[in-house]
Amino acid sequence: MAPIEALVEQLLAGNRRALGRVLTQIENDTPAGRRALAALYPRSGNAHTVGLTGSAGSGKSTLTGALAREFRARGRTLGIVAIDPTSPFSHGALLGDRIRMQDLTADPQVFLRSMATRGALGGLAPATSGVVTALDAFGKDIVLIETVGAGQDEVEVAMMADTTVVVLTPGSGDDVQAMKAGIMEIADVLVVNKCDLPNADLLARQLRTIVEASRSGRLTPIVRTASALGEGIGDLADALEEHRTYLGASGVREAHRREQARHQVLALARQRLIDRLVMAQGADGRLDALVEEVAARSLDPHAAADALIGEGR
Amino acid sequence: MTDMKLRVLIAKPGLDGHDRGAKVVARALRDAGMEVIYTGIRQTPDMIAEAALQEDVDVIGLSILSGAHMELFPRVIDALKSREIDPADVLMFAGGIIPDADIEPLKGMGFRAIFGPGTSTADIIKFVNDWADARPVSA
Ligand SMILES: Nc1nc2c(ncn2[C@@H]2O[C@H](COP(=O)(O)OP(=O)(O)OP(=O)(O)O)[C@@H](O)[C@H]2O)c(=O)[nH]1
Ligand SMILES: [Mg+2]
Repeated sequence: MAPIEALVEQLLAGNRRALGRVLTQIENDTPAGRRALAALYPRSGNAHTVGLTGSAGSGKSTLTGALAREFRARGRTLGIVAIDPTSPFSHGALLGDRIRMQDLTADPQVFLRSMATRGALGGLAPATSGVVTALDAFGKDIVLIETVGAGQDEVEVAMMADTTVVVLTPGSGDDVQAMKAGIMEIADVLVVNKCDLPNADLLARQLRTIVEASRSGRLTPIVRTASALGEGIGDLADALEEHRTYLGASGVREAHRREQARHQVLALARQRLIDRLVMAQGADGRLDALVEEVAARSLDPHAAADALIGEGR
Repeated sequence: MTDMKLRVLIAKPGLDGHDRGAKVVARALRDAGMEVIYTGIRQTPDMIAEAALQEDVDVIGLSILSGAHMELFPRVIDALKSREIDPADVLMFAGGIIPDADIEPLKGMGFRAIFGPGTSTADIIKFVNDWADARPVSA
């Protein structure tokens, strides 16, 4: 038997070392990783996947750790995926989210994997969905996904998670932020974190006004927490469970998952087409030549793209 | 597209709370293009081995100033082995305040380099890259 098939079998039998090694193959998008995913995908779809997004430093890691402890106390097992940015200059990354979840390392029912964005936009890493699939197939009840803290343009997570949590903090301009960038639209649960700081009530009231004005169907709950102090965590866990129940009861989950599947298939197909194009056109210098012409303004970008695709078949 | 990245765990076992050196090394390795997982201070051998398992790292660097290395490092090795991680498959190195007399015994345990307080980060980067280049490629 090929090694990856054996590893997948061990993973499905509950071997954590095998899970860690399979995740590496998935993350590196190797042929072995793709085979692993093909085997794991049909066995996934049972976990409640929860994405947490919000500005840098809003407390996502502290909140993720506190939530994980709360769900453990409720008897659930957890996968956690924590994403930090890759440096565009060195292509290296410092992955520091574990620092806030140190104690969870001692619990064998929690599996935390750090990932670097590796050039992807939208707050996730290219292989995040694959890693979530593997944690799900491994049998975790809940998978928490902590996105990169950019606070904008992080809608990708909503295309992967069942429940999306947007974390905001008082006194940080987050109220304005919330109205931009489609952040409110993707939130299934809004969190006002750092409630020990001044103006938390003000932010919660502003959010309530926005939520009520833009209401379409379900009213997005607003939960107040102080993650560093462990306050409000039970309320947040309740809100997440309620959302999960709502998804199941309303039939929204099926529609949501269908939309996500479409998004994912198209995103992967798009990436493959572009890779193929760049490889073909890059090899014979055609791409460089078009880029030259556009930079010199002797060709417009649309015409160059047409030429690239026309030659690319 | 296949994208192989070196994943490195930098950990501080024991009770001393000074992690400036560990952070300098973590940042230097990041700036050299590696993905560095930093877990913070006061890590037990089990926490270090468990992080290595979950993150499936290629490299483990331990930083220690407290003098407890001869007690803690063997326990890290044992904790790795108990998780089916063969220390020979991972590049293990240590840094901090470690007397010369302890260097050979530590190498016998599987630590391939011991870096003293004055080591330049360029030497550590070269050491890791040389190991990675010489490593047989596995699927
Ligand atoms: N006052 C206050 N500070 C908090 C609270 N929760 C977290 N913090 C602090 O906020 C800072 C950032 O916390 P993290 O949990 O690392 O935030 P994050 O959103 O994960 O940060 P990035 O991953 O870097 O974007 C830390 O210094 C925490 O101690 C809180 O409830 N109240
Ligand atoms: Mg964080």
